[in-house]
Amino acid sequence: MAKKIYETPMLDELENGPWPSFISGFKRLRDDHPDERINTVVSGLLGQLEHSYETRKGYWKGGTVSVFGYGGGIIPRFSEVAEAFPESKEFHTIRVQPPAGNHYTTDMLNQLADSWEKYGSGLVTFHGQTGNIMFIGTDTENTQHFFDDINEYGWDLGGAGPCVRTAMSCIGGARCEQSCANEHGIHRHLVNEFVDDVHRPALPYKFKFKVSGCPNDCQNAIERSDFAVIGTWRDEMKIDQDEVKAFVEKKGRDYVLDNVTSRCPTNCMKLNDDNTLTVDNHECVRCMHCLNVMNKALSPGDDKGVSILIGGKRTLKIGDLMGTVVVPFKKLDTAEDYEELVEMAGDIIDFFAENALEHERTGEMIERIGLVNFLEGVGIDVDPNMISSPRQCSYVRMDGWDEEAEKWFARKAEQAAG
Amino acid sequence: MALADMRSPIESGCPDGFQYMHPTMRRNFGLWKYHEQPRGGVMCHVAHSGDKVWTVKAGTQRILDLFTLRKLTEIGDKYGEGHIHFTLRSNIEYFVTEESKVQPLIDALEGAGFIVGGTANSVAMISHTQGWLHCDIPGTDASGVVKSMMDELIDDFKNCNMPNRVHITTSCCQINCGGQGDIAINVQHTKPPKINHDLVGNVCERPTVVARCPVAAIRPAMVNGKPSLEIDEKKCICCGACFPPCPPMQINHPEHSKLAIWVGGNHSNARSKPTFQRLVAAGVPNNPPRWPEATAIVKQILQAYKDGAKDWERINDWIERIGWPRFFEVTGLPFTKYHIDNWRGSRNSLNASTHIRF
Repeated sequence: MAKKIYETPMLDELENGPWPSFISGFKRLRDDHPDERINTVVSGLLGQLEHSYETRKGYWKGGTVSVFGYGGGIIPRFSEVAEAFPESKEFHTIRVQPPAGNHYTTDMLNQLADSWEKYGSGLVTFHGQTGNIMFIGTDTENTQHFFDDINEYGWDLGGAGPCVRTAMSCIGGARCEQSCANEHGIHRHLVNEFVDDVHRPALPYKFKFKVSGCPNDCQNAIERSDFAVIGTWRDEMKIDQDEVKAFVEKKGRDYVLDNVTSRCPTNCMKLNDDNTLTVDNHECVRCMHCLNVMNKALSPGDDKGVSILIGGKRTLKIGDLMGTVVVPFKKLDTAEDYEELVEMAGDIIDFFAENALEHERTGEMIERIGLVNFLEGVGIDVDPNMISSPRQCSYVRMDGWDEEAEKWFARKAEQAAG
Repeated sequence: MALADMRSPIESGCPDGFQYMHPTMRRNFGLWKYHEQPRGGVMCHVAHSGDKVWTVKAGTQRILDLFTLRKLTEIGDKYGEGHIHFTLRSNIEYFVTEESKVQPLIDALEGAGFIVGGTANSVAMISHTQGWLHCDIPGTDASGVVKSMMDELIDDFKNCNMPNRVHITTSCCQINCGGQGDIAINVQHTKPPKINHDLVGNVCERPTVVARCPVAAIRPAMVNGKPSLEIDEKKCICCGACFPPCPPMQINHPEHSKLAIWVGGNHSNARSKPTFQRLVAAGVPNNPPRWPEATAIVKQILQAYKDGAKDWERINDWIERIGWPRFFEVTGLPFTKYHIDNWRGSRNSLNASTHIRF
């Protein structure tokens, strides 16, 4: 039976212009792909999408689809206009966890393409906003077949729904001189400890890990994740004074004064008369600006570790929240360090599971109960790095002051003793 | 299929990336010294060992058909070295260890219609969501908006002409999966949802829907003898949060679902602390297939930023320096009562000083 071709005058407009057109790609599948299953499903999809463009409305509804043994990982989509466009009436997305750092070989991509060609629509995205590979468009039966196929050669589903979600990490140490952490290792240690919580959604709401190797935070971890791990260092930044001089020579003193020293948020740098640079590392907040501008001359120090910020999320429901500092600095050198990290993540997820309201993110829970209650719940001591400024309002009961001050001095003495 | 035939999953989780990583990158993991940017879309990273890797970055249509994906891998085999990385903004990156391979790789990508660029102080690929193509609650399409805008911004993607990098995002509802951006184009509904009372009782878990509303504007009600929900339309902020758990609360509307434009979201800790985006324009028509009105405003903002910002200033840094009154002046955008926040914590966004620019 010849497949039905729907008229798509509005979508055709998206074939004009120099940027690669997704519509042209869809049409290639419809017109040139030999497999009838693929060319008809994409034909139906084009028809439905044109209908959306004409009426300015979406026509997909959710449902319940997963694979045997799991409760999530699939975004089920059933068409509300299946009578008009029956070819794409089931069009589920399969969320697959990418490797840490999003690295692939061409061979592996081709192998994934072969599997998807057997069971799917032929549409795929690297990657969705949560970080998954999105294999877009298959029916309920082929969801299982496709998963069985790729699961055999090393790929597993990501999270969907109220669960630990697929994590993300930057390219980091693989290519970037600013990397202060093993993003790969952190990413996999964290998310792979919670595979059960990824595959079987049972939390109050989603919980996301994101890892950036330095405070440039290319993964948007502070804005977008419940558990943000950011690489940093606590000794002195490294300065190659010869490279500083070469940079000043090339760009001029004014450029360096205007674009490096005067942009430092804590005014901790000085360009000397001999074109060398002096940095007061005690005042440096590791913002990265000067390292970004003079990346050949300035580098992170040697005493590297991570800062951990908890509770970032977007608007729904109480408004945007940034993650806030819960661990100012943690070394991640040994297997024990990683165990502690994973244990802390487990404590936080357990506390979240027990104390958050339905559909409440970690940051919202903290907003509701206060940071101190959260810290006491997960067993983390207070630290002045957690705040921008101390309490402003005097309306608080403080009859435990003496004990709390004691704890502070005891901790200080313990740290001093090493 | 009988239960006995079902295969148990291998819960392998996140795969190890090292097995797919370029060997030079694996060998020098964590041991990179610096990088240079010879041209738009190309970076050269130098390791302490002296090894070098050239990265060639290209923009694609993001929703890849298999023909396109195979074309990309074919280019990787023929002109690259078989290793690929995808960026956060869905660009593809190829790695080569000889400078002589860079230009042929660029030529192959451009010859096949891909756009080399997106590095350094360019307008990066717009990060976007699913929209009408696949989402169950979208107010607009994402791929179409992005395709239309990138057609217009392509020169700013290829060349590094901006004061600093510009990250643009789009989102098809106020959940904002596209995330924070230097410029964000997001759906903003302007009318309360229309309720299909015949369906609510059967489809929706009513207490969940009531609890989802950020302003407590929804309450249970009997309508025409059926259990349903009603909305206090004076309280309703038209956010659409009730729609995902209860599709009969239809929030999307062909005319009243508009686009709003936000600026100054910055993920980085560089210079200032990370910032959230701020409202600058709303009431922008959701106008497929090419959304010209939204693109025009984005271009207006980009031009003002390009003209006014100093080197290395992101959009939020630039506005912080010149002040919001000047921002509205130089972009020509109207300032309205809707720009003054009234959500919790909003007093922090008011000017409690005589710091005023004249």
